[in-house]
Amino acid sequence: MIADFIDGPFWYFSLTVFTIGIIWKLVTIVFGKRKADLSVARGSGISGAIKTIFSRFKADKGMTPHIRLQVVAGYMFHLGLFALLFFAAPHVLFLEENFFSFEGMSFSWTPMPHWAFIIASEFAFLGLLMLWLHRVLNPVSRLISTADDHIASILTFVVMLTGCLALLESFNELRLLHRFSVELFLIYFPFSRLMHAFTFIPSRAFTGAWFGRRGISS
Amino acid sequence: MSERLERGLNTLRAQIDTKVKSYFSSCVHCGICAEACLFYTETRDPRYTPIYKTEPLHKVWQEEYTFWGKFAKKLGLSRSLTEADLANWEELVYDGCSMCGRCSMVCPVGIDVAYMIRKVKEGLAASDYSPEGLVGAAQRAVEIGSPMGIRLKALQAQIKHVEADTGLKIPMDVEGAEYMALLSSMEIINFPEYIEALARIFKQAGVSWTLCSEAFEATNSGLQIGNSTVAAQLLERVVAGAEKLKVKSVISPECGHAYAAIRWEGPNWIGSPYSFKVIHILELLDELQQSGRLKTSGKEAARLTFHDPCQIVRRGGVEAQPRRLLEPIAENFVEMTDHGRMNWCCGGGGGVSANERAEGLKLKAFNRKKAQLDELNVETIVTACANCRLVMEEGLEENEMDIPIIGLSELIVEYLVEDKE
Repeated sequence: MIADFIDGPFWYFSLTVFTIGIIWKLVTIVFGKRKADLSVARGSGISGAIKTIFSRFKADKGMTPHIRLQVVAGYMFHLGLFALLFFAAPHVLFLEENFFSFEGMSFSWTPMPHWAFIIASEFAFLGLLMLWLHRVLNPVSRLISTADDHIASILTFVVMLTGCLALLESFNELRLLHRFSVELFLIYFPFSRLMHAFTFIPSRAFTGAWFGRRGISS
Repeated sequence: MSERLERGLNTLRAQIDTKVKSYFSSCVHCGICAEACLFYTETRDPRYTPIYKTEPLHKVWQEEYTFWGKFAKKLGLSRSLTEADLANWEELVYDGCSMCGRCSMVCPVGIDVAYMIRKVKEGLAASDYSPEGLVGAAQRAVEIGSPMGIRLKALQAQIKHVEADTGLKIPMDVEGAEYMALLSSMEIINFPEYIEALARIFKQAGVSWTLCSEAFEATNSGLQIGNSTVAAQLLERVVAGAEKLKVKSVISPECGHAYAAIRWEGPNWIGSPYSFKVIHILELLDELQQSGRLKTSGKEAARLTFHDPCQIVRRGGVEAQPRRLLEPIAENFVEMTDHGRMNWCCGGGGGVSANERAEGLKLKAFNRKKAQLDELNVETIVTACANCRLVMEEGLEENEMDIPIIGLSELIVEYLVEDKE
């Protein structure tokens, strides 16, 4: 009964909360109250926005020696998680069956091999662990971190851990545990800092447009 | 709730726009911005982390715009903003931030932290949590017309000296002139050489210009304290002066925040575009040089570097011009390790230099500039902001470093090719 609930109604509920939550939040940000800048622009706000959306993937050269841990751990975690989410064999199958099948036709892509899964997992776990240790040990991030940051880190860790446990698909209980943790994650997502996965785009765009108008590369 | 706190809260609420919502939703509290802030790097005090300085605004956003914040408030579990918070953040925001905006250049999710700190200042100023020095400067600016209390008579006295030294007439209230030049109080009192430089360069380049007796002051204390009403009031005098004299352009002087105020923020404060153009003096000199109207001869042999004023370069976009202007007159020009849009602030911007309480912290923050200069071993520093110049002179003196600082316009004049007549 619990299994049916996790695989059925609770899955649809969490997916609905996640989808509507994200759309609502992005719509309120993108179409929200914003005063027009009346100063005469020196450059293009649009090209500044587009440029900054991509330029901030790279840390400033002069800053890098001081923030190496955050940069390295950040990339390890995000790239590892991205690879696991979209290229782990069970996920590819799940996405094909649940999202990319239409009237007998389906779309899929090649999953990564097992060895790549292991490397991606190691990257993601190590990255997340380093980021969290930095959060609790570094005086700056310790001061500015909130309960939300810790909950988000722990939830992500639990999702990844249960995912690894469920990998071999030996026990249905482990698969259910993973799915349940993902559902909790999806429900928590739109109400938390996890939203940065989407809001970083308008944030970078706003700042890039501001600098772009002034003819500054940001 | 006290009336003072209510004023602060209402003002902070009014500051929350869609950018602020996006920024707070995106911040993952990585702390990278701390390493970009000279008040943090030179003190290692985590309270000076730029994003932490926005905490009063963050609290209001969290309580009123987030699910968990509203939920906690309903249950009586949230810790709302208090007067004690405002009092604590006054020191962090006014003493420990020069609004240099370096933090805004490094945030991986793209948060313009300086934009939000500026908004926190609005809340603090509205609730009267602002340093005495800045309150006094703003009052003098509104009542007398200048934050340093400089009246027209003082300017006229300086003009007399400049005219005697150069033999040139400084034009005042010339209707229909092409350019109306603004000056900062510091230039009038501490660096009248700037006025002389303008007179000599414009004479040689055949530029039609004037000063305005009713609007000569460029400094905007409203911007520094974070009061847009005062800022608009001060700016309106410049607009009225420019419109009265029917000038085509207004020249922003060698003063960082004055440029930010008149060039970028001004139209938004008064709610309409100007009927004239605003140009920074370095942009104008660059244009004159490019068009061949500004000719120089000879080169400065001393090893020199350029200190980029934050509001002119990083947040103003005038980065290439000073370098193009220096190229033909500086033989041994060297760049600091972090220069241009990533240069380190002098430590006295954003009203810090007008805030006596921040004196010790400002000198500590100057150690960052000192380290940059120590690497270069230069004989001269060139800059384009009277405030940076004064702050750095003080810092150099404190550190017993004997390096002269000169304004870029003045340096150009030293090599200006002038007609004999």
